[in-house]
Amino acid sequence: MTGAVIEVEELRRDFVVRRSAGRLRRERHVVAAVDGVSFSVPGGQTVGYIGANGAGKSTTIKLLTGILVPTSGRVRVCGLDPVRQRRDLARRIGVVFGQRSALWWDLPLGDSFRILAAIHRLPAAAAHQRLEECVEILDMAAFLATPVRQLSLGQRMRGEVTAALLHSPELLVLDEPTIGLDVVTKQRLRSFLRTSQERYGTTVLLTTHDLPDIERLSDRILVLDRGRLVFDGDLAGLVARVGAERVLVVDLAQPGPALDDVPGTSLRSVEADGMRQQLAFRAQDTSAAAVVAAVTSRAELTDLTIREPHIEDVVQRLYVTSQRS
Amino acid sequence: MASALTPYAAIVRSRVAAQATYRTSFAAEVAGQVFLTVVEFAEVYVIFTRVEAVGGFSYAEVALLFGLAATGFSLADLVVGQVEHVSRHVRDGSFDVFLLRPLSALAQLASSEFQLRRVGRLAQALVILVVALVVVDVQWTPARVLLAVLTPLLGAVVFGAIFVATAAVSFWLVEGQEAANAFTYGGNYLSSWPFDVFAVAVRSFFTFVVPTAFVAYVPTLGLLGRAESSGFASWVPWCTPLVAFLTCGVAALAWRTGVRHYVGTGS
Repeated sequence: MTGAVIEVEELRRDFVVRRSAGRLRRERHVVAAVDGVSFSVPGGQTVGYIGANGAGKSTTIKLLTGILVPTSGRVRVCGLDPVRQRRDLARRIGVVFGQRSALWWDLPLGDSFRILAAIHRLPAAAAHQRLEECVEILDMAAFLATPVRQLSLGQRMRGEVTAALLHSPELLVLDEPTIGLDVVTKQRLRSFLRTSQERYGTTVLLTTHDLPDIERLSDRILVLDRGRLVFDGDLAGLVARVGAERVLVVDLAQPGPALDDVPGTSLRSVEADGMRQQLAFRAQDTSAAAVVAAVTSRAELTDLTIREPHIEDVVQRLYVTSQRS
Repeated sequence: MASALTPYAAIVRSRVAAQATYRTSFAAEVAGQVFLTVVEFAEVYVIFTRVEAVGGFSYAEVALLFGLAATGFSLADLVVGQVEHVSRHVRDGSFDVFLLRPLSALAQLASSEFQLRRVGRLAQALVILVVALVVVDVQWTPARVLLAVLTPLLGAVVFGAIFVATAAVSFWLVEGQEAANAFTYGGNYLSSWPFDVFAVAVRSFFTFVVPTAFVAYVPTLGLLGRAESSGFASWVPWCTPLVAFLTCGVAALAWRTGVRHYVGTGS
């Protein structure tokens, strides 16, 4: 076995879609939800898997966890064939589907954890220790005795994540884990995932529409567009690839002329008679330091901030460029 | 073996705890289940107020048939009857959650939908069976005692296999459960009567295709020493274990194929 936790080669999954064409005829269309995707994730990495709706993210997760058979290609997760060794794999991975609960609706949350510990045959001491840890960090003590159906979404999601981590999986797969959560709960969940990943070296694969999740959690980003992998790298690389612009906002001591001659930048806006100006620049053209130096040689600065490109914009640009090609 | 069942025991215990939370409603449900068997048996009673025998069977003998079939059926219903809920899990995608656990999906389904109230039906069926065994005129031999004990257990296996095989249909036809009920509940109804009273086509279907004839009718002929006079070889009443084995094989195959289909098509 190699060191990779996930190995995917030329993975493809087709779906047959039947559409009515005319009164009686039904047309059969073959749609590739995942179309020749290859990647490999080494142990300990946190990977953000992003893409628009219908890009094939959930299909990939189903292929990785053994709930769906690939049409062609090769999948290995923890060295196992997900479909043929589904039960062995289930012992070694934890999965959170934001939309599907792994908890028992009519039981207190704590009882669900007890049942899951029995399902995974965890030694009582180990289960207890892991649970204590999750309960403390995720602040769940107050609602452990509450039936799951009465929990708020945020409380339930903390329960779902704990349920997936109880058996100390090597790989944690999170499908839209922060969907519908409030900001505080999101933050708490993110820092918990970060901590548990650092402490146990858990490999994490995360799909999300919430791009700050990716910014905070991921070492690496995979972008899927209509079944194809269009980007594989880190956030900085993604930014460089699409040429996303950083923006330097400068406040000047006195009103002055527009700073439209700074090399490698383009002037975005001039406000308050030129006392506040915004200069956009791309990482590959110049550096923040060079821009700041150029500005100070022209006018006296009182304050400056750099706005990093918003990941939504970055991904948006990537979709646009990949659609053009 | 015991430890292999631990996870399921934990699931069933949790179901029982949840269902026993509302005591009054639980008691009402158990009473309802008891009543169900009583009403079914009332049909037998009413018919025998008018006639002396049905298909050559006396009242006590039909009661024995009824008791054997009802015990087997309600035992199967208690243990695996809930697999019919698979259609709901397939429709709302929660079947995926079963596949993400290191346990058999079938056993998870059976344990997580466990309905304790069904013991009411089983208890009532057992009462009818025991009374019928006492009343009916059987020349008891050790072999016949064994047959009387084995029959309801094997009947439960046959009905359980029918439950599983018909539930597997839900992997293809999400709304197919209604049709499936014809085989399970219909098979139970038919097996409560002497087979002679039904048309040949019905008899053949429920002997060779859905073999509920082997649940009560054929073993009862053995108990009464009437197999040969009804046109069967004397060993036929002892075929139920083989029938149970075969139906289990078919059910396992149907279920596996169903799960493979689910994994093949997605939800």
